Parts: sequence; structure tokens; C-alpha cells
Amino acid sequence: MKLVSNLCRGAAGVTLAAFAAMPAWAQAAATAAPTVNKGDTAWMMTSTVLVLMMIVPGLALFYGGLVRSKNMLSVMTQVGAVCALAMLIWVGWGYSMAFGDGGNAVIASFSKVFLKGVSSSTTAATFTTGVAIPEYVFVCFQMTFAAITVALVLGSVVERMKFSAVMIFAAIWLTIVYFPIAHMVWGSNGYFLTKGALDFAGGTVVHINSGVSALVACLILGKRIGYPHEPMPPHSLTMTGIGTGLLWVGWFGFNAGSALEANGSAALAMMNTFVGTAAGGLVWMLVEKLMGHKASALGFCSGLVVGLVAVTPAAGNSGPLGAIGLCSVAAVVCYFAVTKLKPALGYDDALDTFGVHGVGGMVGAIGTGIVYSAALGGPAGDSWPGIGKQLIVQLETVGTTIVWAAVGTTIAIYVAKALTGLRVSRETEFEGLDIGEHGERAYNY
Amino acid sequence: MKLILAVIKPHKLEEVREALGDISVQGLTVSEARGYGRQKGHTEIYRGAEYETNLVPKIRVEIVVEDGFAERVVEAIQHSARTGSIGDGKIFVLDVEQAVRIRTGEQNDDAL
Repeated sequence: MKLVSNLCRGAAGVTLAAFAAMPAWAQAAATAAPTVNKGDTAWMMTSTVLVLMMIVPGLALFYGGLVRSKNMLSVMTQVGAVCALAMLIWVGWGYSMAFGDGGNAVIASFSKVFLKGVSSSTTAATFTTGVAIPEYVFVCFQMTFAAITVALVLGSVVERMKFSAVMIFAAIWLTIVYFPIAHMVWGSNGYFLTKGALDFAGGTVVHINSGVSALVACLILGKRIGYPHEPMPPHSLTMTGIGTGLLWVGWFGFNAGSALEANGSAALAMMNTFVGTAAGGLVWMLVEKLMGHKASALGFCSGLVVGLVAVTPAAGNSGPLGAIGLCSVAAVVCYFAVTKLKPALGYDDALDTFGVHGVGGMVGAIGTGIVYSAALGGPAGDSWPGIGKQLIVQLETVGTTIVWAAVGTTIAIYVAKALTGLRVSRETEFEGLDIGEHGERAYNY
Repeated sequence: MKLILAVIKPHKLEEVREALGDISVQGLTVSEARGYGRQKGHTEIYRGAEYETNLVPKIRVEIVVEDGFAERVVEAIQHSARTGSIGDGKIFVLDVEQAVRIRTGEQNDDAL
């Protein structure tokens, strides 16, 4: 979604009023006003709920399976609760900050707080002039992006962060990190968009953003007791596998939905979301084999997610071969980030949110500046300035996002710490957050 | 009465049960267990994190029989549970002081 936002508000109301006053002029205005396309609308509604499925139950199961059984419910609850919170905050002030009228390059305005002025007759522009979708659909679609991004961040801090701290962190983080970056990338006057950054479905906004935030959050929070000496194997890779499948299916809403229309661009994004992801999964297992290990189920799942992450900015900005190449490179880089870099530096990014989403997002964002080229099968037109210039823009976007996310996360975590203490007690950590924080057990045999 | 306690490889359970059925053993109790002997476990790797797993999954079979029958039971288990590789498990035979059938109150050999 590189170019959204020319939101045409109140088209119906305005034209009706005008009709009464001066019919001839009003008729001309009515033909110029964007028309809601029912096919596009149906596809965008479908895409929106597909993204919701990525979160609950997709991400909840993907993350949940990776923790120890005593923390399963806490992960599912945290993911679900921040997702729900993000929805309310989105209609409260998030949509307005990201996509409101006017504003500057960093945030829009507060003109649409609590969806003021949005109604079932207002529309949001698509990439085709004169074609629109109902604004409510656009609000909902973007709402799910905010919800999944904040849920992704939690992957690094599971098994030790208080539920209350998670909720406070989520509210602040969305407000000072997510909404501004979403505006910068997708707002019509956004900083990155006006610079010409390529980010089809949110590699910067969603993945680099969540990955870097996850790293900063886990550094401040500290390691889990016993890490890395005590074994902490995933309690159910079966659930992680189910979650991975739901993520993959849901990601078609995420990527192909970012075309905002049911058209060829969406079809290209769909194609790439198949083959890029497939390449990521297979390449990760191949690297495992080459490193002298067995091709593993978790490796396959990890590689698939890396593929999904890396293809996100490239989905409609690359040909299928470019996507395969990009996701293959991302799988190799992320393999080493997760298995070598993390142990070497010793941080406890519990579920590898930084290693997979942060690193994979960076490879994807930078690589998109390469695979966009028509010479590599990408959709670049003749007016495209070329790989070199595009890479500078992409790097600047990545760098700015990293700094913004790191600073914002630091603020959000310290506020949560001041208000809640941030971390559960030693006893709760041993006993598990399911009992300690929620008073339930995931499995009663 | 003797208690025969056998720790075997999980995939051998069906064969052991059949062999015991062939010599008319009346009942047995099975539980999933973990342990190690000479077979020292294995290594698991999750995204590069290596864990040595010392305890490997086993099946524990418990059977109580009349004294004279114990030897045949041990023999049947040994033959059916054997693969010839390390980790096949062990069989222990213990004396049992008393047995009671809960439903009827029958005692010892009558309760088996």
C-alpha cells in the first residue's frame, strides 16, 4: 500500500446538498467523485478478516507452541488482549494519527479522533483514480495491521513480563511508535512515502518496527531465569506448525489485500506470497542440513515465516523470481541471526522476534529496492531512478525506523516499568505465568 | 506372588502384550515413563539451541503373577521386547506380600 490516503470524505453528503442548490454543477461533481467498487470492497473485507486470523489464533498458536507449557495461556492471552486493545485505540486516535487529514510528515492530525466524520458513505481511495472502497473497510483493514504488529513485539518478552505491563506498554507503544511510522510509510504526506520508499504491505511498519522494538524491550526487561543454561524447549511444535499455517493463509489478506483492489497487483502479491514463502521454508532446512544438523520442523516453520516477512515489502514490487531470490537470502541471513548472533550476544529474544521479523524485515526492505528492477522481473517503469538511488531511500527508511522504534520502545517500557514493576516475581516465573498471572492452567490431564 | 516390572522401548509394547497374551497372562498395568541406562539419551536442537536429553521415553509394564508362573512371564517379555540394540530396557522381579481384589475382597493368588 504505497499510496493510500487521498480519502474522499463525505462525498455523498456533499453532493446531495449540492444537487439541491445547483443541479448542473452537482452532476458534474458526482461523475468525478470516486465510485465504490463492490468487487474491491468484498476482497478488502475478506483480506481484513484474514489478517485477524493471523493474530487469533495464528500468532497466538505460533508463539504459544514455542514457550513452555506453564506459559501457554499467558502467551495466548497477551496476544489476544493487545490485539483487542489495539482495535479500540485505533478507532480512538490511531486511525486519525496515521491517516487523518493534513498533519505533517510524521503524524497526520487528530481530526478523525473516535472516527469523527467517518460514516458508511465516506470512502477511501485505492490506487486507481476514481475507484474507492468504503472508508470503514479501510479503517478496519489498517486496524488489523496495528493489532498484529504490537502482538508480534511480545515474542521477545514472553514467560516473564507482567500482564499489566504488557497492556500499558502496548497502549504507549502503539501511540508513539506504530502510528507515526504507519503515517510516514503510508500517509499521503508521510516522510518515507514522499521520499519514494517502496514498502508494499508493511515490511518497515510491521516487521522492522516490531523486530527492533522486541530487541530493545527484551534487553531492558532482562533474560528469563535460567537462560541460556536451562533447557527451554518449545512445548508443542504441533501448535507452532498450525500457527504457521494460519499465518501463511492469513498473509494473503495482508499482502494481496495491500493492493486495496482485487486486480493484477493483488494477484502478483498473491503469487509472491506463495513462492517467496515456499523458498524461505526450504532454504532454512537446507542451511540446517549444510550446517550438519537435521532438517527440522521448527526450522521449516521459521523459514516460512522469514519468507513471509521478507516478501511483505516486495509482494507487489517484485516478480516471482525476485521474490524467491529475496526470501532465500533472507532465510540464510535469519538462520545465522537466530542460531549464531543471538547466542554470541547473549540477549534473550525468547521467540526470535528480532531474528526473524527484524532481520528478515531489513533484508526484505533493502532487497525490495533491488528486485523492483524490471531487469530482475520487477514492475519498475521507465521513470524509476534505478537500484542505486532506490537503495539509498530504502536504507534511509530502514535506519529511521530502527532509531524511531528503539527510542519509542525505551520510553514505553520504562513507563510500564514505573507503573507496574514490569517483571513477574521469581516465584511466578518458576511456577509459570498461566497460574501466576491468570489463575489457570493450559492443560489439565 | 511375584511382581514383574519391565521397562521397555515404547514401540515394543504391542509385541510384549501379544506375547503375554499367548501365555495367558490375565492382566497388566502400563505407564509411560522416562529414564536412562546405558542408552544416554539424545540431542535436541531448536533454532540452534542444543539440549542434551538424558531421559528417554520408555514404557513401564507391571504384572503380578503366582510364584511358579514368573519365570515364563520374564522369558516372554525378554523375547518379545528385544531388538538387540542398546536401550532395550530391563526386567525386575520382586516378591509381593499381599494382593486384594477390591470388588470381592478375595486375597492373594485368588485375587490375581
